Formats: sequence, structure tokens, C-alpha cells
Amino acid sequence: MTRPRRRPLHVGVRFLAYAALASLALMMIAPFLWMILTSLKTQEEAFRFPPTLLPDRPSLETYRQLFTLVPFGRYFVNTLLVTAATVAGQLFICSLAAYAFARLKFMGRDTIFLFYLATMMVPFQVTLIPLYLIVFQLGWVNTYWGLIAPGLSSAYGIFLMRQSFLTLPEELSDAARIDGASEWGIYGRIFLPMSGPILATLGVFAFLGTWTDLLWPLLIVRDQRIRTLELGLAYFHSSIPAFVQPNWPLMMAAAVVVMLPVIVVYVFTQRYFTEGIALSGVKG
Amino acid sequence: MATASTSRTAAPRRGPGLWRRFWGRWNQREGYLFIFPSFAHLLLFFLIPLGFSLWLSFHDWRGLVTRDIPFVGLDNYRFMIEDTRWWRAVRNTLYYTFVSVPLGMVVSLAIALVMNLKLRGVYLFRAMFFLPVVTSWVAVSIVWLWVLDGNIGLLNYGLGLIGIQGPRWLENPQTSMLALIIIATWKGAGFQMIIWLAGLQGIPRVLYEAAVVDGANRWQQLRYITLPMLAPTTFFLLITGVIGSFQVFTPVFVMTKGGPRGSTDVAVYRIYERAFVNFDFGYASALAWVLFAFIFTATLIQLWYMRRNLGRTYGSS
Repeated sequence: MTRPRRRPLHVGVRFLAYAALASLALMMIAPFLWMILTSLKTQEEAFRFPPTLLPDRPSLETYRQLFTLVPFGRYFVNTLLVTAATVAGQLFICSLAAYAFARLKFMGRDTIFLFYLATMMVPFQVTLIPLYLIVFQLGWVNTYWGLIAPGLSSAYGIFLMRQSFLTLPEELSDAARIDGASEWGIYGRIFLPMSGPILATLGVFAFLGTWTDLLWPLLIVRDQRIRTLELGLAYFHSSIPAFVQPNWPLMMAAAVVVMLPVIVVYVFTQRYFTEGIALSGVKG
Repeated sequence: MATASTSRTAAPRRGPGLWRRFWGRWNQREGYLFIFPSFAHLLLFFLIPLGFSLWLSFHDWRGLVTRDIPFVGLDNYRFMIEDTRWWRAVRNTLYYTFVSVPLGMVVSLAIALVMNLKLRGVYLFRAMFFLPVVTSWVAVSIVWLWVLDGNIGLLNYGLGLIGIQGPRWLENPQTSMLALIIIATWKGAGFQMIIWLAGLQGIPRVLYEAAVVDGANRWQQLRYITLPMLAPTTFFLLITGVIGSFQVFTPVFVMTKGGPRGSTDVAVYRIYERAFVNFDFGYASALAWVLFAFIFTATLIQLWYMRRNLGRTYGSS
């Protein structure tokens, strides 16, 4: 402890830092608080001016009304199904390819990998239109499969998994090979079990991307039967004519219902979110 | 799987040829098998659409089911030159990008610097800053519509308390884009903050220790150590930020539909309307390629600038 250290923070600085953080944090979550408070008010109270901060008589009546108006339960199941299939597909397909790129030797390996990386440069909008026309030709419009298939693999996922596989010691797979394990076995029994955190990170990203996507479902879904939550919320909002004041408590309740699952997942997987983002920032 | 792995060891026995020996000994053919699913996916959902898209941009394809798709050469691109709505959308996109990206980076850097003081309980703040990042654009847009309401919105009420008459944010062409920029900054700050923090934590402590010995104050440490050392992070955020904001779509779709009077009409919204409202797929594809060219050029310029400047920072001195 003889090395010179940065001066410890002065109490005043510390106080200022907390004050700055607290006021910024309040600005960040104010819209969310306002959303929740509004959803507990009656429509009459929501339109009062000056606005009341806390609802006079908080009630969940708006939520009951919401669920009779919009089948959010159905939308939730649809979204869950599409997201689960997409995440499962990405975890399997990306990790499999990543294993080959990280640990197998075959001709053209690095060229093919670079080619995969290059595809990340192209914005989604370029392939969107033909992708839609192809999916239309295949008869997948308005099907779950049409929602799921394009998201089943991603160059980003392969890149993320490969970087992680490269850090596992080579001796591990060599030893397993001497013991007669097949490549398939090494991948499934050694590499996958050792890659829990990175699989979680990729899973969380794939979950968030699929769950909150609007553009692709907007094109693929034609009827209410297979609508996702995002789409349901967007349609619910746009179903109100522009010249009518929307029922804001009802609208806020819908936003709460759509946000809630993602926030729950986030609370339990915080670590993987932040680690994954930091990772892609450092590596990128 | 079993046959694949045995054939690897069996291959050299089959023939003495140099090619066969090389192919058999060095090549693990499972590799192709392992990348097959992802490659099939890439082919069907990326490569074919990519080629198809370029082909489309030289054809006049209108309507979903049509047999009449004439080759029109560069007509789509020629038409674009006089398409004032498209250029207005490009201008709006550039305005959005040039304001929201630097603003977001400065705000998030400020937050990250305070967070990096390692105060107790900071993880709680981090979770709060991150909340807008994980919530969806659709839900967030609807909440902001309510917050920004010109008459009884929370923001204008708050501004009223300190004596400022807030504008009708989204109904006024003067302020609509500004409102979108504020929302984008609010939503993206948490994400950028995490990356800034990772960058900050990567700066070796010895640099600060040496600076303290030389008598540098905190401001000088920030100016001469922290900011230069964050150069790679800065460029990463700049490049990804520019790419992302060129592609802004959902808030425009939910909140303004490009209005009022085209003031928030952005490039991707224009492509979306051309393709999926007007079913003018050929022209929309041409627009998408031009957007790609914009993004590509912007990325190249930044990479070139980064190489030049990082070379100067770390190379010569």
C-alpha cells in the first residue's frame, strides 16, 4: 500500500454525485412511474388539470376492462412461442457453427467465417423486402413459422460464441479425442456445459430482440390469432382515431402489461445483459 | 456422426495421392456438417434475399401477386433523384443522427463517469438507467405520447411549474424531431453507459497513479488520461450509434407516422411505406440500397478517421 492512490472522495463530492445520480435516475424512470400511476386512475381523473400525482382511488378496474377488450393472454402465448423457438434455434445453430469455426480445421474455414462477419454490415432493410416476398411465396405469411424462421440463426451469435469457445483450452478437446470422443460429443458434453454464461448472454439478447420486435411481425401477421404483444399494443393504439382523445389509463395499462414480462426477465438476468453488452463493446 | 469421424482416420489408407492425404489428414469434414444449419439459414434468409434485392431495384415490381415485372434499368434510381419526399426523409435522418448520437454519447459518458466513482448502491442506479433499454420501443413510444401531450402532458406540466410554456411537441413540425431525439437519448443512455463503463474500467490504474505523483488534478486526469484512453470506446459507440440511428423506425411508426407535415419522415419509414403500403417493391428496394450506401460510407469515413487519429495517439509519441 505504498503506491500513491487517488485521493478518497470528499464528502461533498460524494453527496453531489449521489444527488446527480438520483435526479438523473428519477428522470429516467419518471415516464414509467407516470405510466403506472395513470393506469390506476379513472379516465376522468387522468384528464384533470393540474394533474394529480397519486390516484384518488387507485383501482385495477382499467386492467379488467383491458383484458375484456384485447386478448393480451393470447398475444402473450404467441409471443412466448415465437421467442422460445427463436432463442432455442439460435443457441443451437450458432453454438454448433461457432464450435466448427473455433475448434475444427477444414478448408476455407477462416474465409467462410469472415464472410459471415461481413454479412453483419448489411442493414436489415436491404433484405427485408425480398425476404418478405420469399416468405410470401413459401406460404408462410400469417404463420408462426414465418415469424420464427428468419431469426433462427445470426452471424452476431456465431461471432459471440466463437470468441468464447476460443478461450477454452485446446488440451480439453485433445484429451477427449484421445479418449475416443467424437467432435459431436466434445461439442455437446464439454463445450456446451462449460459455456453457460455466454449461452445465457446470447439467449438474453435473442430473447430481447425477438420479444420486442415490431417490423417483422407487422409484415407477417395478418389476423389477430397469431399477433404478438408488441403488435397487439401498436394496433390497440392505432385503433383510436386521430381526432379522439385516447383513453390514457387504458393505454397505459396496456403498456404496463406488454412491458412487464421483459422487465421480469431483465431483473433475473441483469448480469448477462450488462456483461454481454460490455463484451461486445470491448471486442467490437 | 460416427461415420464422419471414422472416415477421417480411414481416409489416408484409401489412396497415396497427395491431395487425398492432405484432405484426409488436415480436414475435419464435420466442420461442414456443423456449419451447415447456419449456412442454409444464411443462404435462404440472407444471400438469396440480398441478390433478389439488387435484382428488384432494377425492376418495376408493383403489387404482391404480379406477373408483369419489366426490367427498367436505372429508372428507379433516376426517379429517386427527383423524389423530394425521399430527400426530405434523408435530411431528417441526418438531422436525427447528427443530434441524437453526440447528445446520447455525452449524456451517457457523464453518467458513466459518476457511476465510475464506485459509490455504494450504484447498481441500483444502473438498473434504473437500464430500464428504458430493455423495454420495447412500442410501449415506450405510447408512454411518451402521453408524457408529451401538449395540453395535459407531464413534461409540459413540469415545464409550466418553472414558468416555461412547453410546445405541442409532436404536433409542431419545429419540435417533433427534437422530441424524438430526446426520447432516443433517454432510451439509449443506459446501453451506452454500460459500454463507457467497460471502457473506463479498462484504463490501467497506474496511469492515474503516475498522474497523481506528477500533481495532476482530477480535471487534468479526465482531460489527459481518461478521454484519450476512451478513444476506442468512443469510436465504437459512434459507429454503432450512427448505424443504429440511420435505421430508426419504430418510434416514428408508432408516434408520428412521419408527420406533422413530413417533419419526422425518416429513410426507413419511407422505405416501409413505399414497399408495404404502396407495394412498390422495386423502387423501395432501390431506396434500401441507397440507405445501405449511406450507412456504408458513414462507417468507412469513421473507420478511416479512427485509423488516422488512433495511429497518432498511440503510434508516434
